[in-house]
Amino acid sequence: MFEPVILKNINVADSHKLSTYLGSGGYQGLKKALDMTPDALIQMVKDSGLRGRGGAGFSTGLKWSFIPKDATLQKYLCCNADEGEPGTFKDRAIMEYDPHQLIEGMAIASYAIGADTSYIYIRGEFALAADRLEDAIKEAYQKKYLGKNILGSNFNHDMYVHRGAGAYICGEETALLESIEGRRALPRIKPPFPAHVGLFGKPTVINNVETLACIPHIVNRGASWFASIGPAKSPGPKLYGISGSVNKPGLYELPMGTPLREIIYTHAGGIKDGKKLKAVIPGGVSAPMLTEKDLDTPMDFDSLAAKGTMLGSGAVIVIDDSMCIVKAALITHEFFHHESCGKCTPCREGLDWLVKVMRRIEHGQGKEGDIELLEKLCVDIFGRTFCPLGDGAVMALRGAFNNFREEFDFHIKNKRCMVNGNR
Amino acid sequence: MLSEAAVNEIKEIRKRYVTARSCIMPCLYVIQREYGYITEDGMREIAKILDINPILVFEVSTFYTMYNKKPVGKYHVQVCTNISCSILDGEHILDVISKKLGIKAKETTPDKKFTLSTVECLGSCGTAPMMQINDKYYENLNDAKVEEILNSLR
Ligand code: FES
Repeated sequence: MFEPVILKNINVADSHKLSTYLGSGGYQGLKKALDMTPDALIQMVKDSGLRGRGGAGFSTGLKWSFIPKDATLQKYLCCNADEGEPGTFKDRAIMEYDPHQLIEGMAIASYAIGADTSYIYIRGEFALAADRLEDAIKEAYQKKYLGKNILGSNFNHDMYVHRGAGAYICGEETALLESIEGRRALPRIKPPFPAHVGLFGKPTVINNVETLACIPHIVNRGASWFASIGPAKSPGPKLYGISGSVNKPGLYELPMGTPLREIIYTHAGGIKDGKKLKAVIPGGVSAPMLTEKDLDTPMDFDSLAAKGTMLGSGAVIVIDDSMCIVKAALITHEFFHHESCGKCTPCREGLDWLVKVMRRIEHGQGKEGDIELLEKLCVDIFGRTFCPLGDGAVMALRGAFNNFREEFDFHIKNKRCMVNGNR
Repeated sequence: MLSEAAVNEIKEIRKRYVTARSCIMPCLYVIQREYGYITEDGMREIAKILDINPILVFEVSTFYTMYNKKPVGKYHVQVCTNISCSILDGEHILDVISKKLGIKAKETTPDKKFTLSTVECLGSCGTAPMMQINDKYYENLNDAKVEEILNSLR
């Protein structure tokens, strides 16, 4: 039986307090880590096979190893807590219910890369989570888990919370850095990568909340424990957030690679109100949708990529047969359009155009040739935008076309919706 | 004029960053709390305290949606209409609130008590449909719950 580790405290009273965290073995990982060399720690994380839980799935240990070893260089760690991909609600839970788990993970990561300062970039709307993090950081300073000579070692570290203010693009790592530096969050060109030129021009690691929350457990239980869970190439426990038309929506911690069918039917209790499953978005709205025939796909980076979609943040959105896909696609694209930072033309103008065409189709004013126009726009946007936001929008739309093209055609031809007859 | 407490808060914020510019976002929150929204005078005040050009503050304030460029009601009701909330009838929740308050999205009640907005996903999709009022999340909404919440704020 798989036992949750990241969410193990979530239902415990006062789970956000230091006393509760210590009671469940908290900060033991940090103690152990400080007895290791930074290189040994990085090797351990590499050996664990941990891949970033923010969406890209890059090897965490490898990312850390890119930081120059020069001890005289200032380095930073940034925690990406700008959870904004629709469907995603996993990091908020960690920060609200177990903030010390994140703080411990960040302290260990900072020690490994030699950073004396870290920032938690948290989306502005998460007021409760930000407050709890601030309180937890204070507690950690008092007990010497942060500050000067942490737990009697030579390691010094300061940690700060930086609140975003409503911009999805801040989840893109270089935009996040711009935002901490007090600018509009326009992504930077890569290379140079943040590992060499990051925050304030210094080497920087940016990791997602869930990634960092895995770290204390890896140090405590060992790399082979972590590597033994789930598929060999993307192991570990994974938080899956299930929303939409299911009986028991919520956050579930399961082994990486749990099949979609098991997540939806066993854990989330199946489709709501006896309706039929129509489509599933497996990893937040950028991930192309899947259908019934794909339900046996294991939910991990590689298996989903093989299906032409992605694990993303592990946010499973279930759509039942009473929802019109044209509407679902429009909602998704209104989002991308609203959140485009405006830096590059294909994304700024392309998404605007795309949404205008989709709006008229949805509202029964679609014209012949509109689908072809949308397809052409997809070609013009995909791969030509400055950052992945535009690509995400295109992938989502292509996913809808691939599976439900007839709904778009019906909308245009009959000036109404195929599913509920609405104009 | 900013209160002494606010000025002190800004000086505290300054200690957290190596550049003054990095303080702009947290300082804009201070302005918003002090004046209720982002005023031009407030932006000039923080520029002065941080010793940076005011234009740097202005350009940040207009990029991020949570900085209110004009006053909002005492209660800012923000309803999520993104996909997971929409699947569970978030638009209906919006309708119910709109009727109850007698205003449409982007409007404020004449007594300045409520402003109604629609927002993109607030990271609460597993407890959809949801809304945020000021800093607080209200989740798993239905008609009766919305009615009760709004009545409690009347
Ligand atoms: S879709 Fe409404 S909170 Fe995420």
